[in-house]
Amino acid sequence: MWVQLEVFLQTLIAGILLGGLYALIGIGMTLILGVMKIINLTHGQLMMVAMYIAFWLFSLFHIDPYVSLLIAPPLLFLLGMFLQKALINPVLRVESILPHNQVILTVGIGMVLQNLATIFFTSDYRSTPVDYATDAWYLSDFWHNAPFELSLSYPWSVSFLLSVLITTALWFFLTKTDTGKSIRATAQDRDAAMLMGVNVGFMRVITFGLGAALVGAAGCLFIPIYYLFPALGSQFTLIAFVITILGGLGSTMGAILGGLILGVFESMTATYVGMGWAPVGRFAIFVAALVFLPGGVASLLKRKAVSK
Amino acid sequence: MKRFIPLIVLALLAVLPFLGLSSYVMHLFILVVMWSVSGMAWNLLGGYCGQVSFGHAAFFGLGAYCAGLVSFHLGLSPWWGFLVSVPFVAVTALIMGLIVLRLRGPYFVLATLALGEIMRITAENLTTLTQGNLGIMIQRTWVEKTAYYYIILALAALTFAAIKVLAESRWGYYFVAIREDQDAAESLGINTTLYKTIALAVSAVFTGFSGAFYMNYMGYIDPQVVFSLGDISILTIMVVMVGGVATYWGPIVGAVIMVLLAEVIRSLPYIGTAYQTLFGVLLIVIIIYLPNGLVGDREKLARLFGKKGAAA
Repeated sequence: MWVQLEVFLQTLIAGILLGGLYALIGIGMTLILGVMKIINLTHGQLMMVAMYIAFWLFSLFHIDPYVSLLIAPPLLFLLGMFLQKALINPVLRVESILPHNQVILTVGIGMVLQNLATIFFTSDYRSTPVDYATDAWYLSDFWHNAPFELSLSYPWSVSFLLSVLITTALWFFLTKTDTGKSIRATAQDRDAAMLMGVNVGFMRVITFGLGAALVGAAGCLFIPIYYLFPALGSQFTLIAFVITILGGLGSTMGAILGGLILGVFESMTATYVGMGWAPVGRFAIFVAALVFLPGGVASLLKRKAVSK
Repeated sequence: MKRFIPLIVLALLAVLPFLGLSSYVMHLFILVVMWSVSGMAWNLLGGYCGQVSFGHAAFFGLGAYCAGLVSFHLGLSPWWGFLVSVPFVAVTALIMGLIVLRLRGPYFVLATLALGEIMRITAENLTTLTQGNLGIMIQRTWVEKTAYYYIILALAALTFAAIKVLAESRWGYYFVAIREDQDAAESLGINTTLYKTIALAVSAVFTGFSGAFYMNYMGYIDPQVVFSLGDISILTIMVVMVGGVATYWGPIVGAVIMVLLAEVIRSLPYIGTAYQTLFGVLLIVIIIYLPNGLVGDREKLARLFGKKGAAA
């Protein structure tokens, strides 16, 4: 009995910690989707780039991955702005038969990034062997006669807390500053925002940069607890859009909840069904969300607000 | 005269094996024709009907596995895979259609992408049926390439004819109407869901044929190869994007370019590993400058290169 409870609680903790990090990835994606109305299928690859930056900073200069939070996201911000200005903006203006050209374009960008990473850094698995990687807090340290044992990994918890901190900072930025308000106005109604004097084109560039910086931050938080290889990007791109659909397109609150749900769900499938099936669970929940809850968690929140 | 161009091209292609080409060149021709089958199939759904699918690897892989498993578990000739794949692929397409065809735009793209990935992961994990990542190896029927070439050529001719007939029929106009404005099509009394499902099912069955041929020709498959997002789903899209969306010849031109590029680039020293980068750059350039592909934007090309482009 205790053993089962222990496994369950441990899985739940792992899921919530993972979900907190997923939320950060999802928020970047949902911001871009909300403002630009395009799916950024190169989101995970941007995270991979950030992870490589953190990795090289660690192995060449022994900069702690958490310190590179101050370096990698700003670089990603610039990269995102460049991609938006140089490649995506021109495509938005081109007339073509298919309306999904921008999506295919982001796939192309992702291919280039992933392949360049393979060429320059080889496809070896890498990690940053920080000396606190295996440290953890144990329940028995605090409660001596505990009937079961739970552990809370040190780097996972730090990553989780930092992720919460960044999300809070983003929330302040979006709700309290003029630029943040302009971004939200652009997402709500582009034409109206333009009429109110918002520089919509500039907001798009900023948003793409911001989304890239957020996923870059997520990369820095992931590298101490995960391993890194060039093809990792596509996996996280998939995760990012599952979160976005689960949360509701363009909703920040939804992305946070979606990330948490996905984290817990994945960790549960891994424990109770089997490691290999975790990705299937991820997509099953995704298709279920598309069919039964197309507005995502955000639509539930909205419905509640209306009925109040 | 214009009506006979497909027949002339077919006749020219049919005499190719008599030229005594090397086996490697024949291999390239087979790949080109196989990719043009996939491209033409995708073009029906993506180009004419406007439903951009990122999950055609699901059908390609399913076709390949039908052929492989028929031979592996039942001991039949893998060529039966063509027949067996039809019901499996069609039913999968219908189920997929139920889920994804009510979605629009970005939702549709993402849903197809996810379903393609689900198929891959399922094939990787159902080890009793598919041997998982070990893959399936079968005995190839012939060592010579000529027979394979004629089979895939016949298949391509069939696909070309089927899609031409379909696109020029009433249904084809419905497809284009759906692509241009789904709400307007709906209000004119077109049952959009029905016609999108038809386009998806036909497109899926032909993609499945292409996959079944791949199994027969290559003799080995595993989930990473035939359900691959990058090497199947996206390459199929690239074949059509480069060649020309919603044109008859676009996928064929695209297949020639993509296969040759892949082979040429991969054989170069040093640059070989960068072939995906070059593909990505090509895709980006095509989307920005020739969004309707080489065939679709040939007037634009002709203007760029003067008269020389117009003749090509």
